[in-house]
Amino acid sequence: MTYFVVQSLNGLFSAALLFLIASGLTLAFGVMRIVNIAHGSFYMLGVYVAYTVAARTSSLLAGALLALFVVAIVGFLMQRFFLRRFASQPLAQMMMTMGFALFFRDAALMLWGGDPFTLPTPRWLTGSMEIGDIVFPWYRVFVIVVAALVGVGLWIVNDRTLIGARVRATVDDPEIAAATGINVARLSGGVFAAGAALAAFGGVMGGPILGGYPGMDFELLPLAFVVVIIGGMGSLKGALIGAIVVGMIDNFGKALVPELSYFTLFAPMVLVLALKPTGLYGRA
Amino acid sequence: MAEPRATAPDWRLVVAGLGAVFLLAAPPFLSAYWVGLLTQVVILGILAMSLDLLIGYTGLPSLGHAGFFGVAAYGVGILSTTYQAGVVASIAGGFIAGTGLAALLGLIVSHVRDVYFLMITMALGMVLWGLSFRWIPVTGGDNGIAGIPRLETLIGLPATGPIPFYYLALVVFAACIVLMMVLVKSPFGLTLQGIREHEPRMRSLGFNTWLHGYLSYVCAGAFASVAGIMWAYYNGFVSPTYLDLTASSELFLMVTLGGPATLVGPVIGAGAIVILKNVMSAYTARWLLILGIVYIVTILWAPQGLWNLGRHRRS
Repeated sequence: MTYFVVQSLNGLFSAALLFLIASGLTLAFGVMRIVNIAHGSFYMLGVYVAYTVAARTSSLLAGALLALFVVAIVGFLMQRFFLRRFASQPLAQMMMTMGFALFFRDAALMLWGGDPFTLPTPRWLTGSMEIGDIVFPWYRVFVIVVAALVGVGLWIVNDRTLIGARVRATVDDPEIAAATGINVARLSGGVFAAGAALAAFGGVMGGPILGGYPGMDFELLPLAFVVVIIGGMGSLKGALIGAIVVGMIDNFGKALVPELSYFTLFAPMVLVLALKPTGLYGRA
Repeated sequence: MAEPRATAPDWRLVVAGLGAVFLLAAPPFLSAYWVGLLTQVVILGILAMSLDLLIGYTGLPSLGHAGFFGVAAYGVGILSTTYQAGVVASIAGGFIAGTGLAALLGLIVSHVRDVYFLMITMALGMVLWGLSFRWIPVTGGDNGIAGIPRLETLIGLPATGPIPFYYLALVVFAACIVLMMVLVKSPFGLTLQGIREHEPRMRSLGFNTWLHGYLSYVCAGAFASVAGIMWAYYNGFVSPTYLDLTASSELFLMVTLGGPATLVGPVIGAGAIVILKNVMSAYTARWLLILGIVYIVTILWAPQGLWNLGRHRRS
């Protein structure tokens, strides 16, 4: 029983990180119809930038904030100068992001070398929560809470503000949205940058536990894609449900059948695709 | 600037002819290193053409195509080392593994299109990579499988070495390119192109578009398996890098750079990438950085591919 609870909490921790990363991916997809292969790179860049800044200034908070800022700028510039000109050409956009993914991957290796590292855990979050037999690190609890808050924040922005209404309108039908006076190009840039920052935030949040290492970008990407495929592309609610499903399955899979841990992700995706090709909350 | 195609000979014919003569006649005059590179070009050329069946002719952008290539290579590797199987059994096993997998996964992916197809094939490709990387008892994990015997010896060629193997690969390549050219010109191939252009119209004409997409996927998987078998014998070794995302995306670039829906274009793309990769590695370890830049430049300046330069864009 204890084992089950601890594994579920670990699964929830994975789900929290996955939600942070996949929510940006799904929003960018919804607004721009873009399959962003470089999304894992944003996650990776987030950790690396945070690590560098935290090492120089010995302030984790400064590292985290600067990582979000830098990656958001990178995302914005990428969208503005390389993706916007290929609007409504999903294949060209995908290949462009693929080129950037390879570029970032090797550039990170060149700039930061190949040694793995972890971010320091904030001092006030060290130690573990103990309830009866269940021992669970405070830091992981913190990540789950933060991701939940981000989720609520995204939901409020998406459902209760003018910007959110514009985003939802563009997800529904970019052409009609543009006809009503929404600047779809600028909105896309904003959403893409915000999605990049969310991925970087996921990287920073996971940093003290998962750390940074070469190849982390492509390791994460399929997980984020499976989340988005299961949840439905363009849907925040879908990203939440998908993240929980994938986080739990990945975690129990790793614990129970480690050799096939990657493979266990496959089953829910096939099941969802067979029943509903657009994902749980996606639109055709 | 419309080309007077009826009078002037198309430069493509000249290039293709020269290329064929070069592939046939040049190797005896080249060093073993360059013969090795040309062998890579023809094997990866088969693979790039097989992906072109999907991307160019059917309009299905697969980002997990290296999976079939890799699974067939692993089939050969596992059968010929762990189980000490004969050459016929190894080749048949590799082919059945790759093609069978395509037949299985095709059931899942054939009813989705466009970006959905892209994401799902990519996720499936990564699953296969994960399997090859983590299923250590069978695949050897990161170490891969070494010690695959030489194909020339196995099938009893009088000579061994790079040049006999090259000509063997060239024969397989020639057979594949002829088969694929027949395939895309056949009524089946024309139907695929119809689906690429306008699927609802094809469906309303009474074509079973799901089945055509599925068969196209399986055919592409079968040709990719042939390439995988040759690649396993060429290297004498299989490892997870054969089927990782970088491999699938290099492959995707070969097709795009060369020109989709041309078959010859992807071979040229394969040649360009293989030679660039090996020449660049002599000067720098930053191959992925360069590959990324080649990607970006291709999309910016030659989005229809080299083989389609000067042709009018399909609307």
